[in-house]
Amino acid sequence: MKNTAKKIYIALIFLFLYAPIATLMVLSFNASKTRAKWGGFTFKWYTQLIQNDDILKALGNTLLIALLSSVIATVIGTVACIAMNHMKKRTRTVMMGITNIPMLNADIVTGISLMLLFISFGLRFGFGTILLAHITFNIPYVILSVMPRMKQLNPSIYEAALDLGASPFNAFRRVVFPDLLPGILSGFLMAFTMSLDDFIITHFTKGAGVDTLSTKIYTEVRKGIKPEMYALSTIIFLSVLVLLLLVNAAPDKQDPRADKKQASRF
Amino acid sequence: MSKELIHLNNISKSFDGQMVLDELNLTIHENEFVTLLGPSGCGKTTTLRILGGFATPDTGSVIFDGRDITNLPPNLRPLNTVFQKYALFTHMNIAENIAFGLKIRKKSKDYIADKIRYALKLVNLEGYENRMPDSLSGGQQQRIAIARAIVNEPRVLLLDEPLGALDLKLRQEMQYELIRMKNELGITFVYVTHDQEEALTMSDTIVVMNQGYIQQIGSPESIYNEPENAFVADFIGDSNIIPATMIEDKLVSILGTRFACVDTGFGHNKPVDVVIRPEDVELVAPAQGTLTGEVTHLIFKGVHYEMEVMAGGFEWLVHSTVLHPVGEKVGVRVDPYNIQIMNKPESEDEEAVAIDI
Amino acid sequence: MTSKNKWLSAPYTLWSAVFIIIPLCMIFYYGLTDKTGAFTLENITAIATAEHAKALRLSILLSLISTLLCFLLAYPLAMILTNMKVSQHSFIILIFILPMWMNFLLRTLAWQTLLEKNGVINNILTFLHLPNINIINTPYAIILGMVYNFLPFMVLPLYNALSKIDENVINAARDLGADNVHTFFRIILPLSVPGIISGISMVFVPALTTFVISSLLGGSKILLIGNVIDQEFTQASNWHLGSGLSIVLMLFIILNMIASAVFDKDGEGSML
Repeated sequence: MKNTAKKIYIALIFLFLYAPIATLMVLSFNASKTRAKWGGFTFKWYTQLIQNDDILKALGNTLLIALLSSVIATVIGTVACIAMNHMKKRTRTVMMGITNIPMLNADIVTGISLMLLFISFGLRFGFGTILLAHITFNIPYVILSVMPRMKQLNPSIYEAALDLGASPFNAFRRVVFPDLLPGILSGFLMAFTMSLDDFIITHFTKGAGVDTLSTKIYTEVRKGIKPEMYALSTIIFLSVLVLLLLVNAAPDKQDPRADKKQASRF
Repeated sequence: MSKELIHLNNISKSFDGQMVLDELNLTIHENEFVTLLGPSGCGKTTTLRILGGFATPDTGSVIFDGRDITNLPPNLRPLNTVFQKYALFTHMNIAENIAFGLKIRKKSKDYIADKIRYALKLVNLEGYENRMPDSLSGGQQQRIAIARAIVNEPRVLLLDEPLGALDLKLRQEMQYELIRMKNELGITFVYVTHDQEEALTMSDTIVVMNQGYIQQIGSPESIYNEPENAFVADFIGDSNIIPATMIEDKLVSILGTRFACVDTGFGHNKPVDVVIRPEDVELVAPAQGTLTGEVTHLIFKGVHYEMEVMAGGFEWLVHSTVLHPVGEKVGVRVDPYNIQIMNKPESEDEEAVAIDI
Repeated sequence: MTSKNKWLSAPYTLWSAVFIIIPLCMIFYYGLTDKTGAFTLENITAIATAEHAKALRLSILLSLISTLLCFLLAYPLAMILTNMKVSQHSFIILIFILPMWMNFLLRTLAWQTLLEKNGVINNILTFLHLPNINIINTPYAIILGMVYNFLPFMVLPLYNALSKIDENVINAARDLGADNVHTFFRIILPLSVPGIISGISMVFVPALTTFVISSLLGGSKILLIGNVIDQEFTQASNWHLGSGLSIVLMLFIILNMIASAVFDKDGEGSML
């Protein structure tokens, strides 16, 4: 009885979280162009999507920005963690405090502050400014997922590697890095996801003519969203879902120890 | 022996299809210090959790003072537990930790204050009322965990490897402290440990467990001197366990040589195991020994020398305060009453135990 | 090590100075000056004008309600998830992060379809002979959008904090005589405070400052403080006024940061 109630509660929450996603998927097969009516099943929007250069361009921008910003943020963030680990406690506290600012601050404030910065530096608004902004809000996600692993790290293993004759670089690459890797990967994935899903900061740091999927959708809201957009999001969502299911299912069969690594994937 | 307090009747428990306890029966008396001793995975902690009410047995019952408490939730049981790693409430100070159970029972402020003072005095931590658990050392946290439990005046205190996280010196100190506290409180202690020395030092009764079975129940002396099987003999202290044949009462053939012993009732020409403690093996001149051999290893251990002697095709472990250098020819002699005869394991389970060693 | 360390810390130190610290200073610079560059407090006091004060009041009200709803929905959920003892911690987190791969704006827009007069929900309600709901373009729809978008940010820190509580601590409370209610209010709830504080700030700040949810689900008539600031920057191009109003918003954010710093020193309630 109690367990059934719990299951119903969880089911309702998931219905709440996933109902809009299901709605969008259904809409992507709706022959009618308006959201309000069901006009029959069609693949039309999927085929038209391939010819829609505007959307494909925005998709390209979105993916490229997400990839570049998360890779760069991962590198800067990981190096920062290594550096912070050796800092004096007070310096580290200050650095972590600064790191928390973009996390705790409102996106709108981060967005306009970067906009004001780019204006006063005289930068041309476009791909570059979006990228800089995304790297900025991505770094904290990397640091916050690498830092805990850094703290768990047994400092003796680095010294043991040195003791066994490894150069400092090799000791790091072969001993410390593999231990940090799960944290680094989850930081990267988190950063990539956040970049992909961002609208507000992009909204303030983009220039005319450059659009990501988010900003494109925002401008389309008043004119009516093109159904191709639903098709595209459905494709993205389903590919991520399949990918995650594969990644989560595969290592279990091969190596039970992989569980531990998986536990910290996010 | 005083009045019986707790009965565990035919308790079985399995996790994920794995049998942890198999038809376990155990009686615990009032004011007894009982230690459940065994290697990890032997079922000792599960037994304690069943007593505390944190696990329900699959079959069997827990009888407390004549009342069946098998399905009674932990908060209604007249026992308290000292948990592994203490499990103090980190968001409360020491006084609040100790007062927790009393406040729930709606005791008066004065009563609670008195109890806190008394408990802190008992565990030698007077004046720690306002400290936070995080600021205390492991040993101090352990004492607070005990204080928190005993203020509720339980009739039984369950202790789950309470000294496991402490260093050697502190552990030995705490052993004496625990005995003192138990005598002062006059209640039953059920203590779980894998440390045989701890068990021998503190207990009135030791319950040696392995693989879900009780191997032997007895006083520390009887467990040490008269182990009933090879597992107990090996788990409690060092020992020489040698396959042998019982020729007749009071005569056993060890490694083909006849030794006088004191055991009777094993039958004629029956295969048995004998246990001889290393300190009971006497090294004498070759001519005076029942067996002759040669010292092969020698280590200084502080109190005594530890030697290995090859004699009769068996490597004997010997503890002696007299040094015999490696290579010396020696005679091996054992007093009859120091030879402990044990039946060979019969069931498959017990066989597995023997191999496990 | 120390000289090398300086090189290692240089990139991020530089980056955070240029892209975090200086931009914040710029907001203060713009917020405290007028178009001629002279010092003024007008941009800040502008919050008191009827229109702005109304927007701020509404923002605070809606975000407080949403935060409370998120908390009430998320806490039981986090407890159930913790007790399920799923071996894969990551799986739980995944379920809540996965929706982010469907664009945030589209997901919010989908609620329009669901909530419309002849939308999916009303069709189901009609089918069940229940009264229809008509909340699209009202503050209720905005609250729903906020709860929908920010619920994961409440669930994850709570789940994290709750799963960190040692099972023996709960057992100890039971052992000392506490029933379920006592154990919850005296032990579980206080020990999950870092997660609660973290969850509240993760939900309250974005809800307070959003302009997207209100413009997508609230129609064009309902203005939140985020909408006002957005308009000052993207339409009116009055960066000084926009910055001034942002400074007011930041006061709330700073209060939030202080609360997290006080209650969650070790970052125990973090989301990841």
